[in-house]
Amino acid sequence: MAMLQIHEPGATPTPHEGDQALAVGIDLGTTNSVVAISTGGKPEVLRDEDGKALVPSIVAYAPDGSAIVGGLARTLLLDRPDSVVSSIKRLMGRGVEDVKSLAGTLPFDIDPAVEGQAGMVRINVSGQKLTPVEISADILRALKERAEEHLGYIVDKAVITVPAYFDDAARLATKDAARLANLEVLRLVNEPTAAALAYGLDRAVEGTYAVYDLGGGTFDISILRMEKGVFQVLATGGDAALGGDDFDHAIAEYFLAERAQSLGEKELTSAEVKVALMTASLAKECLSTANEGEWMLDVDGQQSAHKLDRNTFDGLIAQLVERTQEICLSVMADANVTADDVKGVVLVGGSTRVPLVRARVAQTFGQEPLADIDPDEVVAVGAALQAEALTVGSDTLLLDVTPLSLGIETMGGLIEKIIDRNTPIPVAKAQEFTTYQDGQTAMIIHAVQGEREMVEHNRSLARFTLRGIPPMTAGAARIRVTYTVDADGLLTVAATEETSGVEAEVAVKPSYGLTEEEMADMLYDSMKHAKDDMTERLLAEARVEAGRNVGAVKAALSADGDLLNGEERAEIDDALTSLEDMLGGDDRDAINTAAEALEQATKPFAEKRMDRGIRTALRGVELEALEDGVSNG
Amino acid sequence: MEQFAAQPQTTEKPFPCWSCKGPVAQSSPFCGTCAAVQPPGQVDHFVRLGLEVGFDISDRDLDQAYFALQRRLHPDRFAGRSPKEKHLSQQQATAINDAYETLKEPLRRADYLVHLKGMGVLPEGCNLVNDQMLLMESMELREALAEAETAIDVDAIAARANDGIRVCIEQLGTLFAQNDIEGACRLTTRLKYLQKLAEECRIRKAKLAAKS
Repeated sequence: MAMLQIHEPGATPTPHEGDQALAVGIDLGTTNSVVAISTGGKPEVLRDEDGKALVPSIVAYAPDGSAIVGGLARTLLLDRPDSVVSSIKRLMGRGVEDVKSLAGTLPFDIDPAVEGQAGMVRINVSGQKLTPVEISADILRALKERAEEHLGYIVDKAVITVPAYFDDAARLATKDAARLANLEVLRLVNEPTAAALAYGLDRAVEGTYAVYDLGGGTFDISILRMEKGVFQVLATGGDAALGGDDFDHAIAEYFLAERAQSLGEKELTSAEVKVALMTASLAKECLSTANEGEWMLDVDGQQSAHKLDRNTFDGLIAQLVERTQEICLSVMADANVTADDVKGVVLVGGSTRVPLVRARVAQTFGQEPLADIDPDEVVAVGAALQAEALTVGSDTLLLDVTPLSLGIETMGGLIEKIIDRNTPIPVAKAQEFTTYQDGQTAMIIHAVQGEREMVEHNRSLARFTLRGIPPMTAGAARIRVTYTVDADGLLTVAATEETSGVEAEVAVKPSYGLTEEEMADMLYDSMKHAKDDMTERLLAEARVEAGRNVGAVKAALSADGDLLNGEERAEIDDALTSLEDMLGGDDRDAINTAAEALEQATKPFAEKRMDRGIRTALRGVELEALEDGVSNG
Repeated sequence: MEQFAAQPQTTEKPFPCWSCKGPVAQSSPFCGTCAAVQPPGQVDHFVRLGLEVGFDISDRDLDQAYFALQRRLHPDRFAGRSPKEKHLSQQQATAINDAYETLKEPLRRADYLVHLKGMGVLPEGCNLVNDQMLLMESMELREALAEAETAIDVDAIAARANDGIRVCIEQLGTLFAQNDIEGACRLTTRLKYLQKLAEECRIRKAKLAAKS
């Protein structure tokens, strides 16, 4: 069992030890979720009493709002379909309009009150209206609890995986869900990249590999180069709305059409759809090993029997699987590799158990895919390894890319791309625009994500206005728009009018995302301890910052201490000692005050050091000029 | 366009380290005294990656230099640090990615080198297509591509484009080595056009495949 470490008063906790408890790795899946930890480079998937690692991503709500997550919730799906939510990941970051186009195929009761308005989708469940972010937070809480039971202490940091093809809105929604569950996200890692990390480290493989990840609701394909601990994503692609769920839908539609024939046409009930989908899912799993089977739909007191064999099943899903093949080919082209260059294909996600999928992957890459790993657990294992790398340190390096191009709307609804897809992140790119009317004082900046030419075919991420541009003739203003994508794949947009210096910056908050106020309300509702946590975090941050400061001053003293006389040195030493004393305590203000005092005490010292540095640099130049003169003359 | 440091790093003035306040060189990502990560300095892509300025760079050397720097500067290495250090590491990693992306691909590398070496040297308009040969060849191949009806026809044109690209890259190496920037500039224009043609061949082929 891990023991809590207590620092001796006065001993400086370095930023790397200090309060860093174990961080967990979480695979937050459409159908199932998994939590894992890694210590000493050894990852472990956390299981329940029955040895099960998979937590079904299903949440049942009681009328009082309390949530049950996992296997128990799944058993309630049939009895109380109206109080159970599944596959919520498919709605992460989606707007009301997006969901309309999916209506009928998804087993959600979307709250009609928000239709036509901007804002996040809400789902009616057990008499409540919940957002996908809140429902995902309940799943994360259950995983957090599982980890805490295993470890015996509070877990508040995590690496969470997302589909590589998730757009900005869905990534942000995932981060918001973690915040609601009181988990600090150290990093969002792309699922195929996490799988490659787990597979590559375990087998010590080198070369170009493909990761084919077909989950419950999302499809990703990434081409990576692995060598000596570096995992470099060359290109990635996918479909954020294609997965095993769609196989279920195809079968369910087939069953329901048969049922309508035998029992007569009538409007489908929500319960009928849910039962058909569950039965379809069972049939799909069964047909991954068996060649045929028969299933019963027993809903609303009416039974119908349905036969299905492997060939018919393959026919139902062939188009979906072909779509993944097409995406594989275009990603290989983007990565500038051919099937011959690919040393191995790693299969990830439960849906890769379907025989047709395996056969088509083998056909596309001209080789049998690697099947010696558990496709359900490998992503969580990779997340756990990355969580350890981020907290404890590691030699491995993940270099990922942007999955989709980022652009800006220009005149006539066209898009000007600012960052191309498959650009390594973090990245920052700027472009200049100008006004098109005389005296124009404002400009709307509309950030979009996607590959199409026209705005309406791409995903709208954010819209904001740069105001206060001084009136000028058309085309005279110079507006520099900078897109910055961080290591989590999240976009920030900044705009500056260069001639006047007028600025505007937004962290992209999608129009259908949660506003800060909504988020604050949810945090308040869900966490009674939010304030304590905040205080503690601020204290931890002050300690890290002051500890860094102490280290920096000590390093400077040992390098340039000879610049100081006894009196000056004593003053700095005093300030150092009092800050080190404060570091042992819990008083954030005292730490900050002592740090400020140290800053003041070292000011003259810093000036002397800069003088010396500049003199040394100049001496170097003179010497070089001299040498140049000699060799030229 | 970005501003490039006109002179090599030896003449640069040191700037104060934000953490220990001591002097740091522009091109150094870390403070030599207190080891704190620094903002990316105003240096060209070659200096940033520690490579010699020139067109002939091996993929191997470029990758190694890139990986070595990202190993030390990527935001993943700063997850437990202060917000300021996290921010600086992101800026550093961004600058390294920019340098890598620019130098990795021959066309971008040539374009960048022409810019870096040719500032104030090149005559106006040398990057325009005023090469009669290139114009004729361009029209001929475009016509051929427009008329191509089978994948084999397209492949033949693509092969010509790819041969041209290979020769271009070889010659660019020689021209840059001889410091013939004007010649390199003209050849860069040719390379740009040939790569565009190769890309159009790829699209055309995909369209033909979709039809059949």
